[in-house]
Amino acid sequence: MSRIDSVTARDSFSVSLTVGAYGVAFGAASVASGFSVLQSCLISLLTFSGASQFAAVGVLGAGGNPLSAIATASLLGVRNGLYGVIMAPRLKVHGFKRIIAAQITIDESTAVSLGAEGRTTNSGRQGFWLTGAGVYIFWNLFTLAGALGAQAMGDARAWGLDSAVPAAFLGLVWPRLKTKQDRLLAVVSVFFAIAMTPILPAGLPIIATAFLAVAVGLRR
Amino acid sequence: MNAFWIVTIGTSVIAFLLKYAGHSIPQRLLENPRLQRVNALIPIALLSALVAVQTFTSESKVMIDHRIAGVSVAVVALFLKAPFPVVVLSAAFTSAAIYNWF
Repeated sequence: MSRIDSVTARDSFSVSLTVGAYGVAFGAASVASGFSVLQSCLISLLTFSGASQFAAVGVLGAGGNPLSAIATASLLGVRNGLYGVIMAPRLKVHGFKRIIAAQITIDESTAVSLGAEGRTTNSGRQGFWLTGAGVYIFWNLFTLAGALGAQAMGDARAWGLDSAVPAAFLGLVWPRLKTKQDRLLAVVSVFFAIAMTPILPAGLPIIATAFLAVAVGLRR
Repeated sequence: MNAFWIVTIGTSVIAFLLKYAGHSIPQRLLENPRLQRVNALIPIALLSALVAVQTFTSESKVMIDHRIAGVSVAVVALFLKAPFPVVVLSAAFTSAAIYNWF
């Protein structure tokens, strides 16, 4: 392993702490929906995909049946599979390492990794592992804290976390918007996702923008 | 096994299988230059959509609230080429201030 790029390490840590802190809200929401502390922690350890987790406990908590809770969470998890396709050729790992890599393949690790690419020869891979591991640690610790009834801190809105998380994703996608085509795709995806949210089931408005990327990419 | 365990285990198993499946697709299927371009564009679309959904919607409804202020400040910070932690913290501070005081 070569020397760790300091900018990549800084970005990884910022993202890990910001996103990880949101785990408090998940822990609190999960217990409030009727899950036990043990179940809440297991979901964070094993599912490890924020949007999917909130959807799973949200749907069941709102009186939905278990299958619709699982289906909604899984729709939101499809994009992790797409990230896996993107990350696999960059990481080139097999066996047990691939299992670990797959488990920490999420929005954050993929975004930091792609943003860090080219800084040094290894910065892209470092961004993936540092961010994946960092978010995993903080997300699970904060889930436990939230589940144990840190109810006062459980309101993510009072801490600005509900804006910090999209701001973090925005900051990660920003440097990738290099060409006019990239920016056009980003803007169209924003409007498409907002317009489809009241119409499509949760998760689909985001996944469906992958088709916009396919349409744009295959043109020319 | 009650509903809570079914959701805990079912969600976790499918989440991992989706991630692992992505990592296991044979790479030669992805060597085509057009596919590579598509593959580079997909995160732009998904992450942009994610930002939009997290900022402008709540439980399947379009919702305009304190989050717009927070994310707008982040956009300004990005145009001013602020470092990443400043982008995130300025958004959090703005959003929390509006949420707590209004």
